[in-house]
Amino acid sequence: MPVDTENPASSSSQSPEGLRSTEAETPSSKLVQFSTEDPLELDSGIKLAPWQIAYETHGELNADKSNAIVVCHALTGDQYVASTNPVTGKPGWWTLMVGPGRPIDTNHYFVICANVLGGCLGTTGPATLDPATGKPYGLDLPVITIRDMVRAQARLVDHLGIETLFAVVGGSMGGMQVLQWAASYPERVFAAIPIAAAARHTSQNIAFHEVGRQAIMADPNWRGGNYIQEGMRPTKGLAVARMAAHVTYMSDESLHQKFGRNLQDRDNLTFGFDADFQIESYLRHQGMTFVDRFDANSYLYVTRAMDYFDLAQEFDGSLPNAFKDTKTRFCVMSFTSDWLFPTSESRSVVKALNAAAANVSFVEIESDRGHDSFLLDVPEMFETIQGFITGSARARGLPAPGEAS
Amino acid sequence: MNLAPHQTRPGEVRGDHRVVASLVPDGARVLDIGSEDGALLDLLARERQVDGRGIELSQAGVNRCVARGLSVIQGDADTDLADYPDQAFDIVILSQTLQATREPKQVMSELLRIGRQVIVSIPNFAHWRNRMQLLFRGRMPVTKYLPYEWYDTPNIHFCSLRDFVELCRELNADVDKAIALSARGNKIPVNAPWWVWNIVAEQAVFLLKR
Repeated sequence: MPVDTENPASSSSQSPEGLRSTEAETPSSKLVQFSTEDPLELDSGIKLAPWQIAYETHGELNADKSNAIVVCHALTGDQYVASTNPVTGKPGWWTLMVGPGRPIDTNHYFVICANVLGGCLGTTGPATLDPATGKPYGLDLPVITIRDMVRAQARLVDHLGIETLFAVVGGSMGGMQVLQWAASYPERVFAAIPIAAAARHTSQNIAFHEVGRQAIMADPNWRGGNYIQEGMRPTKGLAVARMAAHVTYMSDESLHQKFGRNLQDRDNLTFGFDADFQIESYLRHQGMTFVDRFDANSYLYVTRAMDYFDLAQEFDGSLPNAFKDTKTRFCVMSFTSDWLFPTSESRSVVKALNAAAANVSFVEIESDRGHDSFLLDVPEMFETIQGFITGSARARGLPAPGEAS
Repeated sequence: MNLAPHQTRPGEVRGDHRVVASLVPDGARVLDIGSEDGALLDLLARERQVDGRGIELSQAGVNRCVARGLSVIQGDADTDLADYPDQAFDIVILSQTLQATREPKQVMSELLRIGRQVIVSIPNFAHWRNRMQLLFRGRMPVTKYLPYEWYDTPNIHFCSLRDFVELCRELNADVDKAIALSARGNKIPVNAPWWVWNIVAEQAVFLLKR
């Protein structure tokens, strides 16, 4: 039987790195542990056991368990969607979307957000101790796929006694998981909201990820993936990976508006390789703060999962087949300035859903903030999602926000 | 919609929408092409409990529809109907849009392919006011109902009611019902032969099937 664990609050006197490695094994969020008798069968063919999944919930599950919403996080996200992240001390990453009176209204819905398989904040990942060796898995952890992440979440949802989810929502890699949920468990997903996502990772997407992975592996402190037991940290490589990725999350327009060619704390070029420009200083800062909260091997595994994602391939190369006879209601959303997961990718998903005669809404939101738009204050996104969720609640027979319960 | 929108107050239902709704069976699976702000889909959902979907060209319109809880995608009748499987819907509705498509005949045959029944409403270019403007002023008709000048109109493929019925015949579509309407969308409550309607009706709603 899976075991629920409530971890005593972690000591706050630790360094960010110490805190993070504690959180990887014994998270301060909720946790379910599956024993060797409850293995997780992975796409690689390996049965992972024991394994654990760390998650947070918000709101109350109603009596007939029909108001649950799973929120899937993106590449470097975590289960702290609407609660304070214990490593960074920062508020949840989607408090604009999830909370009381928010579009995903926790006064009405029971929100579940789990750390992904392969992650580093409590769900089994490369920083987890391998019971076979007593050392962190490192690269001995089997390669994880998006489908494996969703399988793990489905096991958690089973454990919580929930048959059908009212909705599954997520942006970017979270949106990939939403599509996988809808394809793998169509009868368990009433409404699906993939935001700034795609049904496959493109060659360009894979290319950027490969740059990041090579930066990590080129760091001498990476030690072939065994840096934890050797007491080292490939912070430089991981920071460079983050810097490169961060550029892909923004648009040329937003970079131009925010930084232009402005110089950082100086009036003239230094004719050197310091961070003369504000954009350089900004990226270095992004890289440096990222290494405090993320594990380098996790970054390898999770980017790999995204690269392997090609939903059509699982259905004989036909994306419409992934959604054949689906009863799920979809709301597909993209952003005009997102060049990493451009509107054309969302449109292919919509095309496939139409070919499957599925119930689909598709909204492209005008925003100059690039791929990251889904995490930002974009009122039109909130209005649309609120409208879609309210309409779906009506169809599901749930009292929607603003209606008598 | 590419005609002059009749200003309706909130809660007020447009006459032509009322007529279209009267042709839709309860609980039908409906695709509404040219959903605008979702007024018709909303009406059909409320009064006919349809399983409704929409396609709308303008992104702003789509966003308004989805925000009010309707299932609508951004798309173009000329290009995006090909995505849908045969007979995917009980009813496909094309409301006041055919005259703005690039390939009306192609669009019509797609409608007849994806819907078991098709409801099309069109403006009647052969209405007497239009005839008068051409005859006496020698100018392209500009009326309250068709407010555009010839050079800025999105309505590039006007036809008369007779022309439309002829197109249906060419496409082997049966006209199950035809309802002539005034500009405000009120039914013209007289039984008249086609040539009379072709003069007095400003628009008409057709229920077709193949």
